[in-house]
Formats: sequence, C-alpha cells, structure tokens
Amino acid sequence: MTTTTPVQAKDPNAAQTPRRRLRLGVDLRAYGILAALLVIVVLFQILTGGRLLFPGNVNNLIQQNAYVLILAIGMVIVIVAGHIDLSVGSVVAVVGAIAAISMIDWGLPWWGAVILSIVVGAIIGAWQGFWVAFVGIPAFIVTLAGMLLFRGLALVLLTGGTISGLPAPFVAIGSGALPKAGEPDLITLGVAAAASVVVVLLQLRERAAQRRLDLPVEKPVSFWAKIIIAVVAIMYVGYLLSYSRGLPIILLILAALVVVYTFILNRTVFGRHVYAMGGNLFAAMMSGVKTKWVNFWIFVNMGVLAGLAGVVSTARAGSAVASAGTSFELDAIAAVFIGGAAVQGGVGTVVGAVIGGLVMGVLNQGLSILAVDAAWQQAIKGLVLLAAVAFDVLSKRRGGR
Amino acid sequence: MSDDDVILRMRDITKDFSGVKALDGVSIEVRRGEVHAICGENGAGKSTLMKVLSGVYPHGTFGGTIEFDGHEAAYRSINDSEHDGIVIIHQELALSPYLSIAENIYLGNEIQKNGVIDWNKTNREAALLMERVGLNENPATKIHDIGVGKQQLVEIAKALSKEVKLLILDEPTAALNDEDSEHLLGLIDNLRKQGITAIIISHKLKEIRRIADTVTIIRDGKTIETFSMKGPDATEGRIIRSMVGRPLDNLFPPREPRIGEEKFRVEGWTVHHPVHPERKVIDNASFTVRAGEIVGFAGLMGAGRTELAMSIFGRSYGTDISGRLYKDGKEITARTVDEAIRNGLAYATEDRKRYGLNLIGDITVNVSAAALAKLAKRGVIDRNREYKVADSYRTQMNIKAPTVAAITGKLSGGNQQKVVLSKWIYSGPDVLILDEPTRGIDVGAKYEIYGIINALAAEGKAVIVISSELPELLGLADRIYTISEGRITGEVPREEATQEKLMHYMTAGKD
Repeated sequence: MTTTTPVQAKDPNAAQTPRRRLRLGVDLRAYGILAALLVIVVLFQILTGGRLLFPGNVNNLIQQNAYVLILAIGMVIVIVAGHIDLSVGSVVAVVGAIAAISMIDWGLPWWGAVILSIVVGAIIGAWQGFWVAFVGIPAFIVTLAGMLLFRGLALVLLTGGTISGLPAPFVAIGSGALPKAGEPDLITLGVAAAASVVVVLLQLRERAAQRRLDLPVEKPVSFWAKIIIAVVAIMYVGYLLSYSRGLPIILLILAALVVVYTFILNRTVFGRHVYAMGGNLFAAMMSGVKTKWVNFWIFVNMGVLAGLAGVVSTARAGSAVASAGTSFELDAIAAVFIGGAAVQGGVGTVVGAVIGGLVMGVLNQGLSILAVDAAWQQAIKGLVLLAAVAFDVLSKRRGGR
Repeated sequence: MSDDDVILRMRDITKDFSGVKALDGVSIEVRRGEVHAICGENGAGKSTLMKVLSGVYPHGTFGGTIEFDGHEAAYRSINDSEHDGIVIIHQELALSPYLSIAENIYLGNEIQKNGVIDWNKTNREAALLMERVGLNENPATKIHDIGVGKQQLVEIAKALSKEVKLLILDEPTAALNDEDSEHLLGLIDNLRKQGITAIIISHKLKEIRRIADTVTIIRDGKTIETFSMKGPDATEGRIIRSMVGRPLDNLFPPREPRIGEEKFRVEGWTVHHPVHPERKVIDNASFTVRAGEIVGFAGLMGAGRTELAMSIFGRSYGTDISGRLYKDGKEITARTVDEAIRNGLAYATEDRKRYGLNLIGDITVNVSAAALAKLAKRGVIDRNREYKVADSYRTQMNIKAPTVAAITGKLSGGNQQKVVLSKWIYSGPDVLILDEPTRGIDVGAKYEIYGIINALAAEGKAVIVISSELPELLGLADRIYTISEGRITGEVPREEATQEKLMHYMTAGKD
C-alpha cells in the first residue's frame, strides 16, 4: 500500500462496466424531466393549434421566463446545499427600485445601474449569508426575514409609486434583441450553428481525453444520441427565433449562465463542496470542507443572481414598482424541484432547474394562449409541481432497494 | 425433529435485485424456544433474509416458502408479520428521542379508548415490561436521556408488548459496551426460558458461543451449514471457516514492526464539554506515537476516546481546548479540520454513516473528499484523474463494487469502511487516527482492514487505533494507552498487555 497515486489496475470488469452507464441511471431522472417538457410542448402545440411555437411566442417565452431561470440557477445551488431562499422575490423588487432610482434620480448610465444592482444583490446575499453561515440561523428563517425586510425597503424606496421612463439600452436587456440580418435571421441561425459546433467539439474533446487516459467511455450510441438531441434542440429553437424579432439578448445571458454554473457545480472544488455538504454536512466538515464559508458564498451568489434577475425583470417591465418580483421565489423553488432536486439536499443540477423553469413557462404560455383563467393557471401549476416531485419520489422508491 | 418443534421454516428463499442474486436458495429451520444465531460476512444476505421474513419485501417479490407457527406465511408488510408475533429489532434503533420510554413502548400500539390515551395504564404496563427486561428507569424518562444500552432494552420491551413469538435481533450488541452487552445476553437467555424464540444476527463469535443453541451460516446468499452449538465440534474456528470459505488460522495478519523516531506527541491536552463548559471531558492527556508504530487506545464507552481524537483533529469536538501538538518534534496547530489535514493528520470516524461518508454520493467523490486540492488546479477538479485515483483504491483496497460510480450508501459496512480508509490514505497523512475501524464489520473484512493498518505502519506512518474490542488491540497494537474518565490511566507495551491488565486500568476511576 502506498499513498502515492497508484497505477491503475487492469481490471477487466472495470473496463467493461463503465461508470458512464451508471451515470446514465442517475441522468434518467433528468431525462424524465426533459421528456415531460417535450410532452407538455407537444400537448400545447396541439391544443393551441400550433400557436405555442409561433416564433413570436417562443421569443416571449424566453423573455418572460428569464427571471425564473436566473433565480432557479442560484436556487438550485442553495437547495443542493440543503438550504432555501425565500427572499429572492423581495430582492428583485428592491434591486429594481435601486436600479431605477440610480438612473432616473442620480443620472447613472444604464451600465452603471446594472453594476450597482449586482453589487447591491451581492451585499444583500452577504448579509443573509452572514446570518446563515456564521451565526447559524436556519436559512428558512433568515430569508423569511429577508423577504419581509427587502419588500419593506422596496416600498420605502418607491413611496412615489412607479418609476418609469427607463433608458432604452437598459430596457433592451429584458426585451431587446440583436439586430436582424434577413428573414430568416442569419445572425440567429449563425449563433445557433456555432453553439452546436461548440457542443460537439467539447464532447469529442472530453471523449478523446478519456480514451487517451484509458478511462471507460460512454457507449457510442448514447453518446451520439445525446449530442444529436442537443444539436437538434439548439437548431430548432434557433430556426424558430430566426423568424422572430432577432436573437433575444437575454437568451445569450442565460446561455452563458447555464454554461458557467454547470461548470462550477460539476467541475470545481466549490461545486463539489456544495454537493458534499448537501449529501452529508458532518462528513463534509470532517473532510476539511470550510462549510461556513461555502454557505456564505452560496448566499452571496444567490444575491448576485437575484440582483441580475432584478435588472432583467425591471428592464422587461420597463419600470420599477414595489410589488415587482412577488412570488418569484416560489417560481424559482418550484422550478428547482420540478427539475429533480432533492428536498433533503445533495441532489440537483443547473440544467434540471432550467428545464423545470421551462416546464412552468410553457404551461403559463400555453394556458394563456388557450385563455385559461389566471386562477386556474395557478392551480394547474401547483398540481404539476406535486406530480413532478411525486413521480421522482415514486421512481426512486421502485428503483432503490 | 417433529413438526411442532419447528416454529419457523424458510425454504429455498431466493431474492434478486435487478439481476444480482442476494439470496440464492437459503433454507433455515428454527426450533421453538431456541436462540438461533445467523452468521455470515457483510453482504452474505443475512439482513435481506430477515427483510424477506418480516415482510419488508412483500410476499411474491421473492422465491421460496415461509412457514411460521404451523401455517404458510405470506406477509405483505411488517404489520402482517408483527401481527403473527415476529418482531425485528434493527441495528439502528427506531425510537423517537423526545418521547418517553412508555410512549415509545406503545408507539403505534397505544392503550386507548376512542383515540384518547389512557396514560395511567400505559405507564403502569410499561413499568411492568421494563421490569421484565431489567430496565430500571422512570417510564416517563425521555429516550434522549438514556444510553444506547438502555434504548436497546426499550426496543425489547416494545417487542414484548406486542406478544412476540419470534424476536429477531440484528447486531444487538454492536453499539454496546461489555457490561450492557452482558446484560442484554442475560435478558435473551431469560426470554428463552419464558419460551420466546430468538434469532440473533451477530459478528461476535464469543457472543454466539455464549447464547446460541444453534447456528446457521450464510455465505454468498446460500446456506452453508446449520449445527448445534452444543456439539464438541462447534468451535469458533468452524464458524469462521464456514463464513469466509477458507480457514482463518490467525485473526491478525503477520507483521514485523519497524518502529522509528517519535512522530507525533500530544502534551497536556485538556478539553471541556461543548454544552457544559465547566466539565472536563479530557483532562491533561499526554501521549506519543512513533513512526511505524501502531498505538492502541482502550477505554470503556464514554471514557473520552472519541472526544480526545476529535478534539485533536481540528477541534471538531469540545470547547476551551488547551494543550500542545508536536509532529516530528516541531509544534503544530490544528485549529480547523482543514489545518489538521494540511499538517498531516487524518481521523477516520467511528460513525461512518454520520461523520464519514456522503452516502448519496458515489465511491469517487467520497475517496477524493479530503484531498480535492491534490486533484484541482485553480479550483477546477481534474475529474478524469479523480476517477483513476478512486478506481485504483477500489482495486487495491478490494472494495466490492462493480465500478467507482456505485453509491456508497448501498455498499456493505466493510466496503464502506474501506472507502473511508481510502479517503484518508489518499489525503496523504503522517498520523492516522482510526476510531473503531472494524465496528460492524465481518471477520473477513476485518482481516483485510488489519492488513491495511499494518501496511500503513510499515510505510512509517504513526497509526492510532481506538477500539472497544480488547482482543483487537492486543492483536494489532505495539503499545496500548488506557483511558478512563477523560484521563490516560495507563500505558502498556504489547508484551505486557493482557485483557485483565487493560481492564484494570480502564476502570481506574478518579480517586
């Protein structure tokens, strides 16, 4: 026995039953959600007589749900670590208020307001992270307090009512698009094609690295099937959007966030620590994870993303109101759980949370097109959340011993 | 044997989990009024067999037949089997900590009228049951406030309240000290006299010798043999041979100690209780460990063994800690777990499920958990290398799992322990503190773990082994410290160590 990295043994079993196959088992849950999204899309496509996937509607779908998706990305990290954040809706309101005031009253340029919003979000996150991580108050309580506190502050800041007339470049963050080049829009198609190429190249590079290091590689069938599904999805959305108003700016921001945060959770020490703490907090502590600091940064990060969501939703609305962001926290939490995260923590992915958010978004959109009453929309969303988590629980029970 | 004598007959039980046969034609007959021991290595199928019997796996999900008390049994749930008088007491006790003893005894089976509990009767009946199991406590005491040995008795009282015919005890003494174990075994003996049949699953051969009438040995999901413990050839050696399928002449692998310079020294270590800071949990403890040396720590439960280890390892236990640590003659500090690891300390916990493993994580993430820094560049983990590291440990530590993507929570205790050891060995420590490294582990895996411990010492590491099994310390350690009531009460070199001598120091109270 040595403590240096030992030479890999040539165990034939290891080579033939690769880890990827077992990974696939875990991924099945994510695929389940993806399948659910597809079913819902197809269902509403039929029910709305094809109107759901009108280019304009796809554009709307993305712009209207951007805030949930941004919040869900932060929330999935919070939930994987075993916490919850109830304050993000109120943070969106207070950040929106500050952004609007800074531009209208203080004359800050639009980019200054964006930076300020994100900084304010980070400070709010640090405030909540301090209480959770270093004082040891459960996140449920800290963020419930935050929900009241920041909603109150938003009301204080916006005593004058609505602030509107925000600068055009700011508003473009929420509802703007890149300029169009023809019909269909060649820029949109070009970006989609580039994204597809990058996906294929990255996957091939990873596979080549595994081959080189003599690691088990995924079976070609499932490897290529996944790539083809991803490419088809990207190109189809690109195709739809190319007949709309051009590539939404917010889509680029979202794509960047998904890529960056997937990387953080899957590849970095920080991400691993988050999963380790959610899986077994004590074991993580006894393995030398600085759990307090990890908790702190999780909330700072949530604050930053809530700040960004504040920018996006204010920009989309074109004005700041104190009631902005109401129940956003519940949408984000629902998206995360629909996306397969575990209530006890330790399980969840960024992609799952985004798909969960899209499930809710498509439901909203489809039901709205069908002119279903808003009250019923809410009731249906509640049932979908319950069904998604019930499906997850039941499938786990059947699969496990 | 006539048919009335047999209370339970399980025939050709097979059970598979997605193609993997956990039970492959197990048959067992238990006679009325006997204590029947089931032995087998971890993963042999003992627990699965008991789950089949008690209806955790409902009738129809396994093959074979079960006859209980003269009729064919087809249990669909635990309630069905309990209705017939079969009660299982699991290794992990299932009591509600903030309810009283009496409430726990009658939990789910309350003495009531129209949904209103009759507290007087509950407490009176509970007191009678408690007397029967020799539990001298107030029925209103909370479970939380009594020790694990007494909690075990509460479980048995609870079983008696249900008019149990067949009592199944899964590793009943795993978490108990010698005194509590002895009491429990005495109680099982008593219950046998009252006509209650018991099945006891145990790794402790002495215990089986002491209590069992008959023993059945299971290996790889098959019944190997059943024999009476009364016969002249019913030896521990025979049990071990049948369990592991090979003769185990010696429980400990051979080793030639090559002991070097002093590696680690603790001086004047004092620790106060985290909740009651006026109480000293560790009182001025000093000890040394040399390179290549295996040092044992013996102490009764509650003596402060784990507290000593955890307080040294990054102050994970206690408040107001004072004392000095030296490695290779130089003073070091270990104020946080992270600092302790960086200074070359490792602590493998006695409670691997709570403190040792991310049970929902796979083998890979557990093996790398304490040494991610080695695998990461600028905060980004090289996952391919991580996989290779984990896979090499799987091979060299003989962790029985198809791949390192196996979830640790589904491994057997012995394999989980190997994952914990892999984690700490990979962290590259100079000083390893192993707290109960073989708790709840079968004989075969124990032997392997002893081999790992020996190899670590042979590499020149300082190894500290904390164990409540004295024979283990005697077989393993070069030197043994005894600890009692937070103080180090003795230091015995291997040559002079006997169980009696150690026990003498371990029970040396404050004057």
